[in-house]
Amino acid sequence: MDESVVIRTRGITKVYTMGTNQVHALRGIDVDILKGEMVAIMGASGSGKSTLMNIVGGLDYPTAGTYELDGIEVSALSKNKLADVRNQKIGFVFQGFNLLARTTAVENVELPLLYDRLGRVRNPREAAVRALTRVGLGDRVDHLPNELSGGQQQRVAIARALVTEPAMLLADEPTGNLDSVTTVEVMTLFQELNDSGITILLVTHEHDVASYAGRVIELRDGRVIRDEYQERVSARDDLERILAERRMDEMEEVQS
Amino acid sequence: MRPFRLVKVAGKSILKNKMRTLLTMLGIIIGVGAVLVMVAVGDGAKSQIENQIRNLGSNMLVVTPGSSSAGGVSRGSGSFNRLSLEDAEKIRNESVFVSMVSPVVTTFSQIIGGSGNWRARLNGVDVDYLLIRDWDLASGSWFTPQDVRSGKKVAVLGTTVADKLFSGQDPVGQTIQIRNVPVQVIGVLEPKGQTPEGSDQDDVVLAPYTTVQQRLSRFRFISQILVSTSNQNDIPAAQEEINQILRESHGLAQFEENDFEVKNQTQLADAASGTTEVMTLLLAAIASISLLVGGIGIMNIMLVSVTERTREIGIRMAIGARGSDVLVQFLIEAIVMSVLGGAIGVAVGFGGAALVANITGWSTVVEPNTVIVALVFSAAVGIFFGFYPARKAAAMNPIDALRFE
Repeated sequence: MDESVVIRTRGITKVYTMGTNQVHALRGIDVDILKGEMVAIMGASGSGKSTLMNIVGGLDYPTAGTYELDGIEVSALSKNKLADVRNQKIGFVFQGFNLLARTTAVENVELPLLYDRLGRVRNPREAAVRALTRVGLGDRVDHLPNELSGGQQQRVAIARALVTEPAMLLADEPTGNLDSVTTVEVMTLFQELNDSGITILLVTHEHDVASYAGRVIELRDGRVIRDEYQERVSARDDLERILAERRMDEMEEVQS
Repeated sequence: MRPFRLVKVAGKSILKNKMRTLLTMLGIIIGVGAVLVMVAVGDGAKSQIENQIRNLGSNMLVVTPGSSSAGGVSRGSGSFNRLSLEDAEKIRNESVFVSMVSPVVTTFSQIIGGSGNWRARLNGVDVDYLLIRDWDLASGSWFTPQDVRSGKKVAVLGTTVADKLFSGQDPVGQTIQIRNVPVQVIGVLEPKGQTPEGSDQDDVVLAPYTTVQQRLSRFRFISQILVSTSNQNDIPAAQEEINQILRESHGLAQFEENDFEVKNQTQLADAASGTTEVMTLLLAAIASISLLVGGIGIMNIMLVSVTERTREIGIRMAIGARGSDVLVQFLIEAIVMSVLGGAIGVAVGFGGAALVANITGWSTVVEPNTVIVALVFSAAVGIFFGFYPARKAAAMNPIDALRFE
């Protein structure tokens, strides 16, 4: 198999049984995602994108089909092995940040290293501080989540996803709880990480957010209805434009 | 995940909820403390009794009359007294292991002395009696073998009797009247205290057994024969030997039961401490119930905690925690709480035992074994009551757990 393929799914289906009803959440997904890509998975609610994300993220098993992650056939793994794969290969970023409360930023980032059975990292704290510095929070290491803004909390979550140096980042609506400026800030960070070679899978229903990705896969009723590459919009340019507009507005307010 | 990290994680999450942790531990603290105090009271009583038994004499055996039964109805110990002076004499002459023998002839009598009169136990004994009982004289002298042979009218007083009859004065050399017979006081005993049953050992008058039998009570049978061996290891052999000598002396056939009893101090101690052991067990059992309640408290809080931290569990699982990691984390939390509670409970127990001793005047003893058992037991409570909540946490589905609000 081609080494540059990070995710390869073939004929993935997922059927939920609810009482006597059978709900087909996924009806055969064939997707290849290459190393270094930044892919947005789009779709309305009920399209099956959350189900796909759960399966791709190693949180759930497909009903049928195969899924290879970084060369490992994941759909046949035991629960424990799957937990190890999540730990070593995947970095999760959630919509609601999902940081542990009353736990400092650096301790949150250290968390995945606690469960690393390979013991790859000698000094978890050092690695965690490095990851926090990478997302621009080197000066907030000992802050608690409730002492940080939403954008900063999401950066901590991204640092936590990066600390194990996973094969890919899996971001589920990462900007869903953020205002527009912070959204663009976070997307700038994602693009920078992607530029440094990290594969990023972004689940979103917002076209604005998807426009920052180089490839868009759209789902509807459990099937892929669109899978195309696009010219990605630079989040940094957007950010600078928005900030410039803000400054203009403020100056006008002062003048009037 | 390395064990010490697990303990660290558990410690952190316990510290995050200090008040709740303290209240949860309180159940264990009270439970362990209560068990410790109760057992300390029981052990204290036991060791006090053992001390008293040891105080009876050294390497001592006590021969007492046995029971008689007629038509299947036993009439109880002492109901058929065939113990005689000849028996004591035989033991003295025939036994190899026995070094000292003294018959004890007991009667109660009104005694009139210098400044008052007093009803006391009158023991007729032989010269060896003092050595067997490991008893010393406070003043005066002890009677001689010559005195015993001639049935001389002399007596040695216990301190209680001496106080009652001659308060403040020196009784040695004075004369007392026992059943209208004048008897000369030649000595006073050291105080010995109470028996395990609570009777005053110092409330006694000792006289040569010949004097008591011939001149004061005219009893033919004797109530006890005290025997001692020179070596503690000889006690079982001596016991066996005395059995044989007395069976022969009493002409018992093979199938007949002994009409006497030979008891050593351990047996006496066992009989006396048997009841306290039951009491200790009972107290410990009652106190254990509070430990059990404490355990249920831990389970309750752990269940609440698991539900409350469903999201945390989801996060941990999403980033790679195995079910077993989560199980161990919550189990360790429960164990740390219960062991910590147990340790504090031990401290409280020590304090409580001292307090009880101080207030009631009972002696309390906290044995190292009790402390170890209490700690092990509290850890076991943690494991037992922590397992169910921990398993519940470990069995969670990460997707559902992450979605939990």
